[in-house]
Amino acid sequence: MSAATETYYDRRGILQMLGRDGLIQVILILNTIVMLGPLVIMFFAAFKTNAEIFQSPFSVPDFTNFANIAKIWTETNFLRYLINSVIVTGSSIVLILTLGTMAAYGIARYNFRGSGFVLMFFVAGLTLPLKLAIIPLFILMRDLGILNTQLSLIIIYVAMGLPTTVFIMTGFIRTLPNELEDAARMDGASEPRIMWSIMLPLVRPALVIAGIQNVVPIWNDFFFPLIFIQKDALKTLPQGLTTFMGEYTTDWGILFAGLMLSSAPVILIYIILSRQFINGMTAGAVK
Amino acid sequence: MARMTLSGIKKSFNTTDVLHGIDLEIADKEFIVFVGPSGCGKSTLLRLIAGLDNISAGEFRIDDHRMNEVAPSRRGIAMVFQSYALYPHMDVYENMAFGVRLMGLEKAEIEQRIDEASKMLRLDPLLKRKPRELSGGQRQRVAIGRALVRKPKVLLLDEPLSNLDAALRSDVRLEIARLHREIGGTTIYVTHDQVEAMTLADRIVVMNNGKVEQFGSPRELYERPANTFVATFIGSPRMALLDVERSGNNLALAGSGSLTLGKLPAGGERELVIGVRPDALTIKTDASAEGFKGSVIYTEYLGDNTFVYVRLGDGTLVSVRADDAIDLKPDAPVTIQVAPDAIHYFSRSTRERLAA
Repeated sequence: MSAATETYYDRRGILQMLGRDGLIQVILILNTIVMLGPLVIMFFAAFKTNAEIFQSPFSVPDFTNFANIAKIWTETNFLRYLINSVIVTGSSIVLILTLGTMAAYGIARYNFRGSGFVLMFFVAGLTLPLKLAIIPLFILMRDLGILNTQLSLIIIYVAMGLPTTVFIMTGFIRTLPNELEDAARMDGASEPRIMWSIMLPLVRPALVIAGIQNVVPIWNDFFFPLIFIQKDALKTLPQGLTTFMGEYTTDWGILFAGLMLSSAPVILIYIILSRQFINGMTAGAVK
Repeated sequence: MARMTLSGIKKSFNTTDVLHGIDLEIADKEFIVFVGPSGCGKSTLLRLIAGLDNISAGEFRIDDHRMNEVAPSRRGIAMVFQSYALYPHMDVYENMAFGVRLMGLEKAEIEQRIDEASKMLRLDPLLKRKPRELSGGQRQRVAIGRALVRKPKVLLLDEPLSNLDAALRSDVRLEIARLHREIGGTTIYVTHDQVEAMTLADRIVVMNNGKVEQFGSPRELYERPANTFVATFIGSPRMALLDVERSGNNLALAGSGSLTLGKLPAGGERELVIGVRPDALTIKTDASAEGFKGSVIYTEYLGDNTFVYVRLGDGTLVSVRADDAIDLKPDAPVTIQVAPDAIHYFSRSTRERLAA
């Protein structure tokens, strides 16, 4: 439009100049700074000595100084803790996703009496803070004879993770078009094959969401290992890291290095998988 | 061979009856169209034939084999879904291969069938694409291809054109007619569009409220509709129904005068419904002409045709095919004349056709 024909309607305020999107951008950038700030400070502190941390907490360190990391690797049980965390978190997640998806598939795809009740039963688990049940749980684990084993943690984590997983997956599976299932049935696919070959690839975004949603609290959990695990060789990372505080009361550099290394896997998983749920998997399934 | 027999097919969901006893005899290689307004049960009937839903009562046979309890994939039936229902995570080749692999065919046979189908549907350049990278028409062809590779005896199509734009529709319609001839199986096609039904079908099943209203060739349906529902459903613009009183050979329409005919259907019923298509009517501006009186509502100029909508004395709206040259202002008084041979007679009480 030429300048001569410019009218009242073409004049714009600052908000319109920036646009609604611009405003959202600004808010997101601020949010990013707030979120990344602590991570960056942790990352910086991992390369500093105790003195440096207290003198200039925000300064950029000398990244060639791997002393803290080397010390963690050689002088502590860090690797053991890391392996324990991977075992506990990994098997919990596998169980949660397998059982959760199967339950959700059944609830979402088959009409049977009481399916609503089963879903509600799972969702009711959301309202129950497991930490309140710590004493009965402790007694239960003692009676089962699995105190001081990783199994006790895995069982609790699976119970903790199932409600949200079933909830998320049921909602998602219900949105998948019925006709896909019918098409597979016409093609001669059995019920397990329909779930495995047709539905599972389509619920991958939801699986990733449910996975991440569970990985983070399980990986970071401090409370349950503290109660159930006494053997040093079985401790998970958050629990193990506290021993650094005891042994090196003043060595914050080592603690931060440990924190950095322990948070790295989760951050990596998140970055790798975030593409998955951005991809709209069902695009093109049905018009 | 695929002769299908449906006898007394009923379907109810919980306490709601959706289909009330459907009886059909479908010959081999026929192109059958189920047509009816939405909610008439035509898609439900198709799903029963496919085996996706259970038949509540009655029996369904293909070539004298009872099919009620047979799994969908073992009925020799393939189906094209309204939404196409392509597997979004598989490419075109995999979409077509999925079903035939499950049939346990040899690899070479699978390759050959997919090759054949993709040639027929011009899909060869698209085999490596995912459904989301295809246009609506291409997805449609993939969906048909997926059905064809299974070499079904019966092909079911559930409103296959409803997701396509108008320009593509007539192309795909021709395509489907050609495929049916080439493949030579039995085809059942569901639509709510009577034009699709008329152009494609060997025989049409007109359904309404879970019942078959009429089953016959397009010509039979158009020329001898069995009842007022079929009469108004088939044909565009629709047939007008006029409630008339009969006395002798005279038919009187409330508020519009009467007309005298040479011959009327037998039977003593006084109250009749007559059905007249736009072609059977002529419009006269001459007030003294014999016929039903009414006034013009509006004129619809379609290029090759002009339709004049006239409100008759009892409030019925009729459409009349008129001369292009005709120039009528709204509210102009006109007289409608009826070609006696083209009148359809129905009973007022049963809405059924009366033998002429």
